[in-house]
Amino acid sequence: MSDSLQAMKSTPLKSTQGWITFRTDAWWVEPLLTLIILGSFGMYATWAALQGVNYQWGPYLSPFYSPNLVEWFPQWFGSWPFSPAVLILPFPLVFRATCYYYRKAYYRSFFTSPPACAVDITGQAPKSPLALLLGQGKGYTGETAFPLILQNAHRYAFYFAALFIFILGYDAIKAYVWTDGFHVGVGSLVLTINVALLGLYTFSCHSWRHLLGGCIDCFSCDKMTQVRHKAWERQSLLNEKHMQFAWASLLWVAFSDIYVRLVSSGVWTDYRLF
Amino acid sequence: MSKQAVFNVYRGSQEGGDFQEFTVPVEEGMVVLDAMHYVQGFLCPDLAVRWNCKAAKCGSCSAEINGKPGLMCKTRIDDLPIESPVSVQPIKSFPIIKDLVTDVSWNFEMNKKITPFTPDNEDVSSWRYYQEDVDRVQEFRKCIECFLCQDVCHVIRNHEQKPKFVGPRFMVRLASLEMHPMDRVDRLPFIKEEAGIGLCNITKCCTEVCPEDIHITDNAIIPLKERVVDEYYDPVVGLLRGIGILPKRNKKKP
Ligand code: SF4
Ligand code: SF4
Ligand code: FES
Ligand code: FES
Repeated sequence: MSDSLQAMKSTPLKSTQGWITFRTDAWWVEPLLTLIILGSFGMYATWAALQGVNYQWGPYLSPFYSPNLVEWFPQWFGSWPFSPAVLILPFPLVFRATCYYYRKAYYRSFFTSPPACAVDITGQAPKSPLALLLGQGKGYTGETAFPLILQNAHRYAFYFAALFIFILGYDAIKAYVWTDGFHVGVGSLVLTINVALLGLYTFSCHSWRHLLGGCIDCFSCDKMTQVRHKAWERQSLLNEKHMQFAWASLLWVAFSDIYVRLVSSGVWTDYRLF
Repeated sequence: MSKQAVFNVYRGSQEGGDFQEFTVPVEEGMVVLDAMHYVQGFLCPDLAVRWNCKAAKCGSCSAEINGKPGLMCKTRIDDLPIESPVSVQPIKSFPIIKDLVTDVSWNFEMNKKITPFTPDNEDVSSWRYYQEDVDRVQEFRKCIECFLCQDVCHVIRNHEQKPKFVGPRFMVRLASLEMHPMDRVDRLPFIKEEAGIGLCNITKCCTEVCPEDIHITDNAIIPLKERVVDEYYDPVVGLLRGIGILPKRNKKKP
């Protein structure tokens, strides 16, 4: 590239210096809401994971404590001194933290990188403490340097997340099987909706889209690529709604834990529908 | 009296400049470009504005209207809050030539770095395309090179990474070539290194401003990032390709 092109920086307009944006709309609402909701979820999930009690009631099991390690593997986890959730939650946590959608959400709201489009947090403007912590203060490296380069491992987090869907599906079915037979309680429905939303979120993942068919160049080439094209096409419809599924499943999984916790501690009564 | 709107239009050059206020009568259906034409015609004949089609198809009239990158010919005045003055500025990421006109030639230099379409078989008459192969890359062909995505991308706009990052517009072009069933060139090393895909943090501003509604991040950049992972970061894919369970990539060096 010629030197003149290298030097082609844009000079700030004289009368625009010191402005971070000329946007007149409420651009700060979205990052602020994200900050509040994700922050609150993080705090609640940490608190709930550390409790180690009230995560089971009747046939219900809080998704934060699934799989039920103590029941499934008593020989290994029977004498585990801490809450079993601290062994479980890192998996969904890493899955969400490396998710392409959540990356956008928290880079904007927690890292202010950028806080919103055409809102210019540059050299002179303050950066978020988190951005500085991750070395983003020293000169922008995007996802090319440690630790953010680890985002490239998202597909591995997806493999585990997919496994969890089957486990949570088992929990949801179990939520209808009581000691006195088959019954539907409000909790059974809560846990069923939970696995449905988490399933939609998980299987609308971009890495799964790539694996299903995105990695193929010639869809028409043979029978197998044609089948994969169909799958990719269908999954792409889900993928378009990935953000919506991300939020719905996040809120519902927290609600599912709250539901089981409050029923189990006697604050709420679980209604039996039939 | 008919409705009026006040526009604060940036006037100046690379050396500096300032906003100048113009009051423009507003009629139904007017777009910001109409207002700029009114300014040129009646108030300030030397205002520099670039435009061609007035139909959102040539990509010439990119600007920042009330701080938001957009096409002047596609931004309707009835959608703007004209109770207060509306600011109109040149796109920020490129050097100003005069007033609202910027020098976007950096983009053409980036484009030259990309190895063009290279089929195995030059005999075009023998090519057979199927709809499913065309659909995906057709979206990328809608690009009108307005460079609004380049303007808004914080990697270019705020971090001055122009030498290391080709920007979203060229990620779109790279995706259209990389996913093309007839193309035989391996651009992944270029995408990872010179094009700098790792610098994109998928914050989606390019997608938000694209007037052609190309899903730049979801359909071009993220799929390319996944291909880069296959090639450079996923040991299992490497292993499965090595022992022949997954097919090797049928691509040659540029
Ligand atoms: S998604 Fe990537 S390319 Fe698009 S604006 Fe954001 S950083 Fe730039
Ligand atoms: S991708 Fe969209 S925003 Fe970018 S140059 Fe093309 S049309 Fe403009
Ligand atoms: S992209 Fe969001 S879960 Fe994979
Ligand atoms: S004048 Fe052609 S895109 Fe606006």
